[in-house]
Amino acid sequence: MSTATPPRMATVWCPDWPVTAARMTSGAPGDAPVAVFTANHVVACSAVARSVGVRRGMRRREAQYRCPDLVVLPRDETAEARCFEPVITAVESVVPAVEVTRPGLAAAGVRGPIRRFEGESGLIDALWRAVGWLTEDACQIGIADGSFAAEQAARLGRIVPAGESADFLANFPVSTLSAFGHAELVDLLQRLGIHTLGGFAALPAKDVSMRFGPAGAWAHRQAGGRDDRPIVVREPPPECTITVELDTPVDRVDVVAFSARSAAERFISGLAARGLSCACFELEAFTDNGEQLTRRWRHPGVLTAPDVVDRIRWQLEGWLHGMAARGGGGTDPDPGDRPTAGITRLRFVPVETVPTGAHQQSLWGGAGEAGERAHRALARVQTMLGLGSVVVPAIEGGRSPLDRTQLVPWGEERVSVREPARPWPGRLPSPAPSVLIDPPRPAKVLDEGGQPVRVSDRGAVVRPPRCFGVGNEAPVAVTSWAGPWPVDERWWDPATASRVVRLQLVDVRGRAYLVVGDMSAPAAPTWHLEGVYD
Amino acid sequence: MADVATLLSSTANPATVAPRPTAPTLPVSPALAPVLPDGLRRGSTVAVSGSVSLLLALLATASDEGAWCALVGMPPISAEAAQDVGIELSRLPMVPHPGENWVVVVGALIDAVDVVVARVPARLADGDIRRLAARVRSRGAVFMPFLTGRAHWPHADVRIAAEGGSWSGIGLGYGRLRQRQITVSANGRGSAARPRSTALWLPTASGGIEPYLSQPLAAVV
Repeated sequence: MSTATPPRMATVWCPDWPVTAARMTSGAPGDAPVAVFTANHVVACSAVARSVGVRRGMRRREAQYRCPDLVVLPRDETAEARCFEPVITAVESVVPAVEVTRPGLAAAGVRGPIRRFEGESGLIDALWRAVGWLTEDACQIGIADGSFAAEQAARLGRIVPAGESADFLANFPVSTLSAFGHAELVDLLQRLGIHTLGGFAALPAKDVSMRFGPAGAWAHRQAGGRDDRPIVVREPPPECTITVELDTPVDRVDVVAFSARSAAERFISGLAARGLSCACFELEAFTDNGEQLTRRWRHPGVLTAPDVVDRIRWQLEGWLHGMAARGGGGTDPDPGDRPTAGITRLRFVPVETVPTGAHQQSLWGGAGEAGERAHRALARVQTMLGLGSVVVPAIEGGRSPLDRTQLVPWGEERVSVREPARPWPGRLPSPAPSVLIDPPRPAKVLDEGGQPVRVSDRGAVVRPPRCFGVGNEAPVAVTSWAGPWPVDERWWDPATASRVVRLQLVDVRGRAYLVVGDMSAPAAPTWHLEGVYD
Repeated sequence: MADVATLLSSTANPATVAPRPTAPTLPVSPALAPVLPDGLRRGSTVAVSGSVSLLLALLATASDEGAWCALVGMPPISAEAAQDVGIELSRLPMVPHPGENWVVVVGALIDAVDVVVARVPARLADGDIRRLAARVRSRGAVFMPFLTGRAHWPHADVRIAAEGGSWSGIGLGYGRLRQRQITVSANGRGSAARPRSTALWLPTASGGIEPYLSQPLAAVV
């Protein structure tokens, strides 16, 4: 068994890329403190924001408390990919065969280019000249053995001499590995008292492999600065390449992505049938007019079919919409890079495959197979009716029944905005109305005098409800009712504040309704039907 | 190794898996056993009318045991109500607005999921109805047309309807909606020809389904 030295890699790392991308698209000034949020938590923040104590994972309220003039931006992953596209092109002009790990991080082999640039520092200079201005001078470049060490070197902006990667990595904390999908392993190692990569690398490889399986062995090799791929990188068989022909040229990213979904599954399952998983693949896109864009995508673990589809989205988003979306604030309106026709062909070429370890699809089909079939049919329906036409319900936090139901577009990751497990005082207890009226419809809730029911400032009905009707229906008699339950939400924010009361009504037909009354004008209240207990 | 590879390739292609000759059934909640003693037979059409809660309750046990249920053209359903009755939300995809592609969408889903619930549009060609019914039989799915207003479904094997309904727990200005007593009746063709009916608590105070006993489940205010 030869312990092949891992290839020398140069890595271009743009710190806080989500922030840079969000700033480019929103046009926020460069010196303002900026933080990018997903689900109310900081995903990334600018250096200015970090200097006053904003940290990743912090809640928005706390971040704003530490930095009152913080610019809050939502995360936009497609924009990140789009803005990174010019950077990749610039890197490609210096070194061939760039591998994109994710937007904000790209790597390339340096063996060939070094001679041209007279050494590694010359190469770094050339890369810097190509890339620096595109990333607002916020990028760092490093060179080391293997892509894992090279990424760490880029974070420090260093060149690690050949053969010294293991020593370089030894003092890093084991938590460095968590970004590579080894979170559980890191947790366990820390509890075992192993705190540095050097300590982990010192464990015998055989024992690590026995105790932690293939994933653990892989992490162990990364930590030791040895090849970050398993030793035998198999040459992927050429027949695993998959080509997708689109009948008509398509210029919408979502349509291409959905058309390519089943091909992506065939690509992954074709490799799996040979006992291989894909760690790096090349995606070639061709247009009707013969233009071509090829990107190489590397995954820190192994690619699954949805991962492949995500990368199709990223690549095409950048190519098809790149410069157009940068629009007014664009630094470089270069229409020459955009294709002149729709996409007609995609090709997936496996570049690096590894023997399948724990990543096998279930052997006997079973529940997985029914799910796969449903997934395919729903993807087809969504392609036919458009994105967002198929939804999956999920429970969300909130007080009104409408708030508590979230509809997630099919295939998208669910992002919870409000934590459902919190108590949410003021919400109605079970049973929930089975049918929601979205948006709520105007309703007539009348007292015995035929006037809309009013609720006093003390939260009691002035005269009890007698009749109820929706829209233009003739009102019918109410046989029983309960409430009113006041909810005064977000009173500190005039834009979203709501002050409402809710009533439950049962009419003579035995049907039960949930109505909501706006309390901002108690003298002339407006009632809306929000749900039916059907 | 070669054997495993053959096995894999034969199970990986769903087109080669023919529907089994004796169509198995999908389970329903024990409370519904008096009206559906055999559960939901695969390949059958079960028309439901009168209550969305009843519809959700019919799906609950099957969904909980791993079945995929799709809703087409239904009004917005509360995720809470669905979960409380026992449905696994991640296996409950919805197509709220199929528009004029209603028949195509329902047909595509009948091929792929275990139960397809669809609100029947007011006007539907007889030919489409026959074709869908035939597809349901050959694919081994359960099709549940949900009938509202004047919509009808002439080829249903079983018709289930909810009638009446009286809420307890709520008075004139006090209490709250707690549970509803409802009568569910079923009739149909073949083995389901004899009309059956049962009284249920639907929903119960926790949003589930229970047989109606002489004593109410929760203390009534």
